Formats: sequence, C-alpha cells, structure tokens
Amino acid sequence: MPVSTPPTAPTAGVPTIVVVGHGMVGQRFLEALADRGLTAAQGTARIVVLCEEPRPAYDRVQLTSYFSGKTPEDLSLVEPGFIERHGIELRVGDPAESVDREARTVTARSGETFSYDTLVLATGSYPFVPPVPGKDAEGCFVYRTIEDLLAIEEYAKTAKTGAVVGGGLLGLEAAGALKGLGLDTHVVEFAPRLMPVQVDDGGGAALLRTIENMGLSVHTGVGTQEVTAGEDGRVDGMSLSDGSSLETDLVVFSAGVRPRDQLARDCGLAVGPRGGIIVDEECRTSDSDVFAIGECALASDGRVYGLVAPGYEMALAVAEVIAGNAASFTGADLSTKLKLLGVDVASFGDAHGTAEGCLDVVYADSRSGVYKKLVIGQDGTLLGGVLVGDADQYGTLRPMTGTVLPVAPEQLVLPAGAGGPVTLGPSSLPDEAVICSCHNVTKGAICEHTTLPEVKKCTKAGTGCGSCLKVIGQLLPQPEDQGLCGCFAYTRSELYEIVRTLGITTYADLLDSHGREAARGGDGCEVCKPTVGSVIASLAPTVGASGYVLDGEQAALQDTNDHFLANLQRNGSYSIVPRIPGGEITPEKLIVIGEVARDFGLYTKITGGQRIDLFGARVDQLPLIWTRLVDAGFESGHAYGKSLRTVKSCVGQTWCRYGVQDSVKMAIDLELRYRGLRSPHKLKSAVSGCARECAEARGKDFGIIATAQGWNLYVGGNGGATPRHADLLAQDLSDAELVRLIDRFLMFYIRTADRLERTSTWLDRIEGGLDHVRDVVVHDSLGLCDELERLMADHVAGYRDEWAETINDPERLRRFVTFVNAPDSPDPSVKFVPERDQVKPDLDILAGPVLAIRTLEGTSS
Amino acid sequence: MTTQTMETARDTRTIQLADGDGWLTVCDRELLTPGRGVAALLPDGRQVALFVDRAGRAYAIDNRDPFTGAYVLSRGLVGSAEGRPFVASPLLKQRFDLETGACLDDDDVTVPVFPVRAD
Repeated sequence: MPVSTPPTAPTAGVPTIVVVGHGMVGQRFLEALADRGLTAAQGTARIVVLCEEPRPAYDRVQLTSYFSGKTPEDLSLVEPGFIERHGIELRVGDPAESVDREARTVTARSGETFSYDTLVLATGSYPFVPPVPGKDAEGCFVYRTIEDLLAIEEYAKTAKTGAVVGGGLLGLEAAGALKGLGLDTHVVEFAPRLMPVQVDDGGGAALLRTIENMGLSVHTGVGTQEVTAGEDGRVDGMSLSDGSSLETDLVVFSAGVRPRDQLARDCGLAVGPRGGIIVDEECRTSDSDVFAIGECALASDGRVYGLVAPGYEMALAVAEVIAGNAASFTGADLSTKLKLLGVDVASFGDAHGTAEGCLDVVYADSRSGVYKKLVIGQDGTLLGGVLVGDADQYGTLRPMTGTVLPVAPEQLVLPAGAGGPVTLGPSSLPDEAVICSCHNVTKGAICEHTTLPEVKKCTKAGTGCGSCLKVIGQLLPQPEDQGLCGCFAYTRSELYEIVRTLGITTYADLLDSHGREAARGGDGCEVCKPTVGSVIASLAPTVGASGYVLDGEQAALQDTNDHFLANLQRNGSYSIVPRIPGGEITPEKLIVIGEVARDFGLYTKITGGQRIDLFGARVDQLPLIWTRLVDAGFESGHAYGKSLRTVKSCVGQTWCRYGVQDSVKMAIDLELRYRGLRSPHKLKSAVSGCARECAEARGKDFGIIATAQGWNLYVGGNGGATPRHADLLAQDLSDAELVRLIDRFLMFYIRTADRLERTSTWLDRIEGGLDHVRDVVVHDSLGLCDELERLMADHVAGYRDEWAETINDPERLRRFVTFVNAPDSPDPSVKFVPERDQVKPDLDILAGPVLAIRTLEGTSS
Repeated sequence: MTTQTMETARDTRTIQLADGDGWLTVCDRELLTPGRGVAALLPDGRQVALFVDRAGRAYAIDNRDPFTGAYVLSRGLVGSAEGRPFVASPLLKQRFDLETGACLDDDDVTVPVFPVRAD
C-alpha cells in the first residue's frame, strides 16, 4: 500500500486511516482497530477522526436518560485516556466537508486536509423532517443529539404544550421526555398505530391504551399539514390532515431517520435509490479504499440498519478486513426488546407475518395493556412475534424462531389461569444456555449425546452437585418406552398399581414377573431397586410386607442412606437428624443432643427444617448414638429417606400477637401422622399461624396457612433448584377436613408420581394439573378418596420407629460395622480436622495414592 | 451364633480372598445379603468391597471410590446390565463392573479387582 506523507504531525511510513464520524459505531470501530494493534501508539497506522459534534462519542440509545439525570459525561462511550493512549487524532467539532477520491484526501470544515490510505465513513443518519410549511419556525426541534436535548430543555421552560410528530420508537421517547419536562404532550402519528415498524395493529392498540393512561394524547392516522407560528415567529399550533388543529408551543419532529450520505454523493460514491452508501459484504463502497459502516450504509442485503448492534457488527468486520483478515457483514436480526415509557415492547423475526400462508396466534388484554402475537408458519414453525406489556418470554421465544414450538402456541400467549402460559421446558432453551453450572456445560454440548452416562463421561455435566440431572434427562432423546429403567418397561406409577393390586411383596417377585424379559432373574439396577423398595414400603401395611425397610430382601433395595438409616457424607461418614416435630423441643432434649454431639465429636448444624443435624458419625457409631437418642425419647427424623422430612412451623397464636391458629400444634400433629411415609421423593411441609407466612409454607410440598376461619392448604411448592410457590388447593378447612385432604393428596401423589418427582414437577406434569388433582382429592371425581384415606390410615397404624427397632435387634445391628472381618476396627479413612471450634472431614487422607516424587539425583545438569 | 443348632441351620460357607499362594478367609457367606456389599480390611491395610449377587456369585473390588476418594463402594447397590454385574457408587452413582473393575461411566477409570471365592 503506497504511503503518502501526512500533512500534520507525521506518523511516517504507516498507512493513514481517516474516520468520518465519531458516533457509537465510529467509536466501536476505533476500539476494534485498537484491539487489533492498528494504532499510532503501536506504530502501525495513523488514525484521524473527524467528529461533527462538539463532544466525543456518546450513547445515543440512552439519550433520553439525560432527562432522568444523566449528564452528557455519563453518556460518554469513550473510556478516559483511550484517545490519547492509542495516539488517535480526534478532531471534535470539525466535520469532514469534502472528499477528493482522486487525490485521496479529506478536507475538514476547519480547512485542514488529510490524506488517507483508507477512508471509513461512519456518518450515521439525520432526522427526517417532513416538508411541511412552518417546519423551521422557532420552537421546532429534532431529537437526535445532546445539543437537541439541551435546546428542547431550554425552550420548554417557556412552553406549556408540546407535540411530537412521529409515534415510533424515538417519537415515544421524545414524548416521554416532553412529559417529563412538564408539558401537556401530544403524539401525532401518520400510520394508524404507534410504533408501526415494530408492532402490528393489536400491539399498537395495547401500547396506545397504556400510553394514554400515562396522560399523553395520541393522534394516529393523521398527518401534519402545517406548523403555525404566531407574530413573534414562535410555534403556536399545528393543523392536521383530518382538518383538526392542535395548539402547541413546541414541536419535535421524530418521523424517522435517513442515512447521512451527502458526503459520499458529493464525491461520486454509489448510493441507493432511497439513500444509503452502497457497500459490499466487506462494507466496501464503490471505491475499494473507502468503507461505510453503521446507519449511513446500505448493506449488501439491501437494508439500511437503524439499530446499533448491526452497526457494531459492521465496525468489527471492517476493522478485521483492514487488519488483513476475512470478515463480512451480510445482514442482521432486527429483533428488539426495549422498555419504552416503562412498557415492555419486543418484536422478533417476521413480526408482521409477511410469510405466505402464515397464521397469527394472538392474545390481547387491552385492560392490562398486554398484547402477544406469535406468527406461525403453515408447518407450525415459529416465524416471529410481537410482545407488548409483558415481554418476559422474549428470551426463550427469540432463539426458537425458525423451529417448531414444543407446545401449542396459544399456550404460550395465554395468561396464567387461562390454560397458560406454559413455561417452556429445557427443550425451549437456546443451545448456549448453561445447564450444568458446576462444570459450565451448555445445552448444546449436552445435546450432542444420547444417554446420561455418555453425557457424564464426555462433558462432566451432572457429576458436580447433580441438581441438573433432571433437566439433562429431559434434554436427552426420550426413549419410545417410558419404562422406569433397563429392568422395567413400566413407569413407577404403573409398578405401584401392580404391587398394590397383585399384593406383590418382594422385588425379586416383581422383577421376575413384570421385568423386561432380559432383566428377569438378574440383579436389577440402582434405579429400580430403591424405587420398588419405596413402593413396597409405601404399601407395606396394605399388601402385607414388613414395614421395616431393612427386613429381608428389602435391605438390599435401599440406597445406602436408607440402609444405614443415616445420610452418607462426602468422606464416608454419616449424619444424623433426630425428629423434632414442628421444631418444638424441650431444653432437656436439646441438652441430650448437645451431650451426644459432644461425646461423639460430631459437627452440629441447625437445618432449614428446624432440626439439628449431627455430622461425622462412623457406621459403627450409629447404633451407639441412637441408643442414647432413643433413650432420651427421640426417634428417626427420616432425613435419609424419600419420605416426610419435617413440618416446619412458626410460633403461632399461642405466643405471636398476630397468630390466628395454633400452628405449632398442627405442625406436630401432621409430622407425627405422616412420619415414615415412603414417597417418590422427599416431602416437606410447614404450617404458618397467619397470612404473614413466617413458616414459608408456600415453599413446601404441602403448606398450611392459618386463616381466621381455619386453614388454607397449598400444594406443590418447592425451593431448591427450581423454586415454585405452592398453589391453593382448598381454603378455610377445619382441622379434620385439613388432615383428610392431606391424606388424600399425599396418597394420590405417591400413587401417580414418577420416581424422584417432587410434588411441584408432578403437579406441572400430570394431565390436567392442579385442577385435575383438586377434582380427584376434593371432589372425588375418580371415586378414589375412600381408598386413599384407607391407605393412609394403614400407614399411620403401621408406623414404627426404625431406629428403635434397629437398636433393639442384634440381628439388625450386625450390619453397622465398617469391616465385616474386623468389627471392632473403626474406618481409618474417616478422620477429621478442626474448623471453627468443631470438626470437618479430613479430605487429605482421601486424596489417593501419593505419587513418587522424582528427584534430581542422577540427572545430568 | 449362639447355639450349635443355629450354626448348622445356616449357610456355613465362607468368603475367601486370594492371599499370596493361598486363600484368606474373610467372613461367613451368610453375612452378605445378595445384592449388597460389605467392606473387609486386609492385613496390609487395604480395604476390599465384597458382594454377592442374586445367583450367589461373589465379587471383590477395591473399596475406594476413585471419584471422591471415599472408601464407600461396598455400600453401593448391586445391579446387572446386559448380564454383567455392577455396583453403583453410593456417592455420585458411577457404576463399576464387578468382574473387571472398569467404570461404566468413564473409560479412563478402573478400580482394582481381587480374586475371590465362596467355598
């Protein structure tokens, strides 16, 4: 590339890049050059920037925030020191006046001339002012620069009424600004609706109502014919195309923008018939040494992009091309989501439904100003949409454009309570969504695999905390057969029915009679064994199996937690949670827990369920610890089981000045009634004594909140990885009604839920959802209620404390040894080190064989 | 284990691990529940996880779960997949082939196996 000697401060021997325009895109281009080492400071290029405005680049998108207190400095996009650090020659307030392509020079208004090797035009756009009489009267403004805003602000001090011509994006922003300046504000839009580019008629109508409710006057479908001025030359009104007129002291034109291509036209560059400097995919104009980027360019796809994101993409592409690499800009997504005057407005894809044969699915509620439209292709593909008033779904819907929706589109636009909205499951997430946050694995990476073991092996997803396993399972291809595992072709609820109706009491019988052909006679697997164990335990009193989960063959079905009646921790030790019903405990019992913990050196921590967890017990210590606890009146808390954990409570009417019922007593009664109940997953509950909800009952599987008339029962709540507030099942229940309804609810859940399916996911999955469950358990639509109640009565009558049974039976105690051949040897790998006056696992001794350390001896130096 | 009659009424076979040229008796066969494991301590301090499957076959692998370092494999659940027995770690559920020690969920991981017999 030939190098001419620059007329000013020389950076001799390197090419000169002249940038015309220092707006958002111009600044982004400078940053992209700097990122690629193309700066004077690096000695690789001389960069001259000609900027028309009196200040360097600022955030024009946030222009209106000037009126909410942002200073022009706040809006600046140029990091302090950026220009100096990179040796950029920035000429503020000195726009380019002409280009001589023959001589390859640019002359600025100051008269100075700059030679260029590469010229980049980033001149942006100018506001279009319709050619109406009076448009230049005093009091007429445009809305584009900080200077425009300063002028409007000054003039508004003497004005009472303002009118904005144009009801598009910027027009509404300008209207908001005028309103904020205390003016009675009118919006005049020629199109029949607001934001005609982004939204359709319905969206415009929703927007209109909301904006009128804010006190703005909107006139759609009318044009401005004339701006009238008084004798002093100041604006005093407008006449409109429908013959009406409007009194106003100030007019802001915001009727769209046009590419600023005059400089290019003057020097003979090709421009489009409707404006815009024609560029190719590299953003090169008809002169290969001249590029155009941003709103002044007519991109290779035939569009002028008025959004900043495509402008940035062009800036990056040109910087890349100048750096000698391949890059292109071939078009951009016009999707937008913004908050306009406090209203969410989003549009994406084919928002106007221009594709042939496409259909609209629309929900509109003009009272609340919500409007949602999805454009669906003939084959069911989502083509685009408009969301006004509530654009929460934009994040999931936009990435799904071009795909067939996983659910009926109407379910996505209807409000809650009207059959929707369906919260799209993980299948609706974009590929870049992170599913396993422990190992930072995206949906796309997971979906490259077909089985869970493969996912774990190749991506490590699901091998951290495991909370994503459910979602991963949903992402993987669903096998045709919905069977529980490789051993059973039946679901858990089907197996429940088989066990219940046939009275099967052992896993082996079930596997051999109802397992898959290949699995019969085998050993089952780690999925179905605990599941069937749980089903048999749930039904034990009814089918005549032993209620003790460790009897006979049942012992071999239980996960280690159930097997040792304690919770396995990371170093192989166990934790112990005695039941403290309702969280109520006497000082004597508290002292016992403290003494036991002290005597066995256990780490103690208060749980979220108002109990006390004792950590760090070896297997062989469990019976000794429990002997002390049982003697003091404690029983198993079932923290290890898929069963009822705790019924948390607030202190209730007895002590609290707000309480309206005895929440503690109810919590204790419920906890004692449902203790030991084996279920598809753990069950949590809470009882609050008044609507203040201090027990957080709505985060529980079944939560009870006291009312002056009785109790409200909420079901399906959850905390954890996928929080969900419980839904109201029934209200103002008496004590007896409440218990009966919970009996039915729990038994119906146990009967129909999948393995490891909490009530929250069960409610969302089960056909008919909450309404169906209410029909069954409240209105007895299936005629099941008597049986459900009887099953629960069997459970309550059959309950025995597992720990009391264990410590009183030498045969059962035999399993509580670390080593079968050395019952008196404690596990040498379970050791502890001190932390904060207690203990924690010593993980160093688990770290594995120590590798031999190679020394330098014998090596030549 | 209190009276002679009980002793004879029970399965009196033992589980034995290879020990040099001979066999080391570890425990009575009836101490193992089919489908579950127990841990045994070897004279050299190593820990072995012993299992018996439903058909009565015995298996022995190292008790250390290589994914967590904890000595817990004996507390996992036994299953079979395509006719091959495995144990699933009770901590993070990775499965190990009881005959080869190979991890079924990670090709790079294997646990030692021990020759074992139930005579």
